[in-house]
Amino acid sequence: MVQTAADKATREVLGPTLARLVREGLDIVCVDADLGYSTSAVKFGREFPERFFPIGVAEQNMIGVAAGLASCGKVAFCSSFAVFAPGHCFDQLRMAVAQPRTNVKLFASHAGVVTGEDGASAEALEDLALMLSLPSFKVLFPADAVECEQMIEAAARTDGPFYIRSLRPKTRILFDDAHRFELGKWPLMRDGKDVTLIACGELVKAALDAAETLAGEGVDARVLNASSLRPFDHGALLAAARETGAIVTAEDHFIHGGLGGLVSQALAAEQPTPVEFVGMEGYGTSGTWKQLLEHFDLTPEAIARAAGNAISRKSR
Amino acid sequence: MAQAPSVSSEELQEVARNVRRSIVRMTHAAKSGHPGGSLSSVEILTALYFRVMRHDPKKPSWPDRDRFVLSKGHATPLMYSVLAEAGYIDRDDLLTFRQLGTKLQGHTIMGKPPGVEMSAGALGMGLSFSLGAALAGRLDGRDYHVFCLLSDGDSQEGQTWEAAMAAGHHCAANLTAIIDRNHIQNDGYSDYQRFDDEGQSPDRPGGWVMEDNHTANIMNLEPLADKWRAFGWDTKRIKGHDFDALTTALQDAREDDEQPTVIICETTKGKGVSFMENNPDFHGKAPSDEELTQALQELGFEE
Ligand SMILES: Cc1ncc(C[n+]2csc(CCOP(=O)(O)OP(=O)(O)O)c2C)c(N)n1
Ligand SMILES: [Mg+2]
Repeated sequence: MVQTAADKATREVLGPTLARLVREGLDIVCVDADLGYSTSAVKFGREFPERFFPIGVAEQNMIGVAAGLASCGKVAFCSSFAVFAPGHCFDQLRMAVAQPRTNVKLFASHAGVVTGEDGASAEALEDLALMLSLPSFKVLFPADAVECEQMIEAAARTDGPFYIRSLRPKTRILFDDAHRFELGKWPLMRDGKDVTLIACGELVKAALDAAETLAGEGVDARVLNASSLRPFDHGALLAAARETGAIVTAEDHFIHGGLGGLVSQALAAEQPTPVEFVGMEGYGTSGTWKQLLEHFDLTPEAIARAAGNAISRKSR
Repeated sequence: MAQAPSVSSEELQEVARNVRRSIVRMTHAAKSGHPGGSLSSVEILTALYFRVMRHDPKKPSWPDRDRFVLSKGHATPLMYSVLAEAGYIDRDDLLTFRQLGTKLQGHTIMGKPPGVEMSAGALGMGLSFSLGAALAGRLDGRDYHVFCLLSDGDSQEGQTWEAAMAAGHHCAANLTAIIDRNHIQNDGYSDYQRFDDEGQSPDRPGGWVMEDNHTANIMNLEPLADKWRAFGWDTKRIKGHDFDALTTALQDAREDDEQPTVIICETTKGKGVSFMENNPDFHGKAPSDEELTQALQELGFEE
């Protein structure tokens, strides 16, 4: 783990990574709905204009066109903000991508309450729920830009539908270049035996900070990065439940239908364990991203508090 | 203000200048927001609220009011500034825009503050909503009119054309769509066609990314008037910063009792602030301290 690299937004790596992969021989195309400047897709478009298709502000069309491109052998990427894709084009994702399993990769940026000043309409808190409801989609949410780049590469090199969720603000780099992302594996960020903090996205850093605080109080917290939501790391989850006996989930998304829901469902079936939830329960509002994390209690303090509650519920 | 007041052209110019001042100040204070597409529609909203619409800031829920629906819901600096000039909200509140706890959210929220008719921020949704409000008026025998402001981007969403088709089909004469045709959107330029050179085809098909990473020819909308006409709309194309042209077209549209009307307004994105004019960078970027000073000077204000 490194603490030195400059902060970087996960959305910044899309265009440059796709361009590198085409240089390495992949048959990638990219469809853009007037947000390529913000998702960095235009950097791909600059280098490979013939592979870049602007289609205007038309997300439903974007997904349909991508599916058609994919049906002819292309690795079809498309990008937008998470409120618009999947938000604006869910049926297209369901019919043209999920059911026929076309090779479409949706990269969404500006997810979560950290989108900030634009306010509730722009803050996607339901995109993971939507995408997790489509069984053939792999659903990924990187904790930093290093992991994000590797996810894009994994998506490009693996046949079938992928959803990658990225964020607007520049966040801390947690991994060094030696890190290798593996589908369905949750990186162990810190080991511990008293409680497990399972976080995704920018809240992985908050969970690490919470673990630090808890250590000061004599609580030994394990931290898992649930960056691969589907496939899901059952092995790591069940081991955490068995070995630490208490779980906290933390996510910048509605708890219902997100990581909290996913973890509880798996534990209820296989290893009932006390779970506490840190996440969103209502819509967001305008503010800076750091203010909003505080305002909605998506903080190290909230995670540490939830850990205390989960531990106190362990059966003695 | 049960009837639209008759306001002189000088007074309208003055309102527009104040609105522009608020737009640059609000985005500067918020360090974010959308000045470009707010500045391009200043005359449109000023004409509506100060000359054409029947409305009363004291009674924002008055059932017989004319409705203004902002489909391009990112143009909140404009929406709130005009509501402040028209007396719906306090001018002093404008600088709370986009801050934690404010009523003045980044994108519009229905009824917040009173006078905002619809929640928006996702493009393409305003015309359907406006058609619904127009159909309700006809059903209830009320003679109000619904005006909906659309953008280039709105005109690319399928839903806008579904609503256009339905409005033509239902002969919703009490509905008027106004298009702020500034030819610039998020990534760059919609197309290369202007009012003056209608019909000229783009340099090459499709869109492409230019040296500065802006996209050219994102989605060509022309021939736009023909498209609306084909959907059963009375269609006008005017210069969108010209109060006389706006007033005539809007009042005619309000009187038309046969068809819905669309007014395509040729505008300049960022109008009134030289370095924002036709500059895609200021679609969603706030002015810096120095830029604010320059903008206020250009608008003829001291500070
Ligand atoms: C459905 C949807 N997709 C994408 C966006 C992101 N977005 C915000 S503004 C904008 C384009 C702005 O250009 P235009 O529509 O022409 O507005 P104006 O120039 O009048 O500001 C885009 C794509 C959005 N708001 N809604
Ligand atoms: Mg525009």
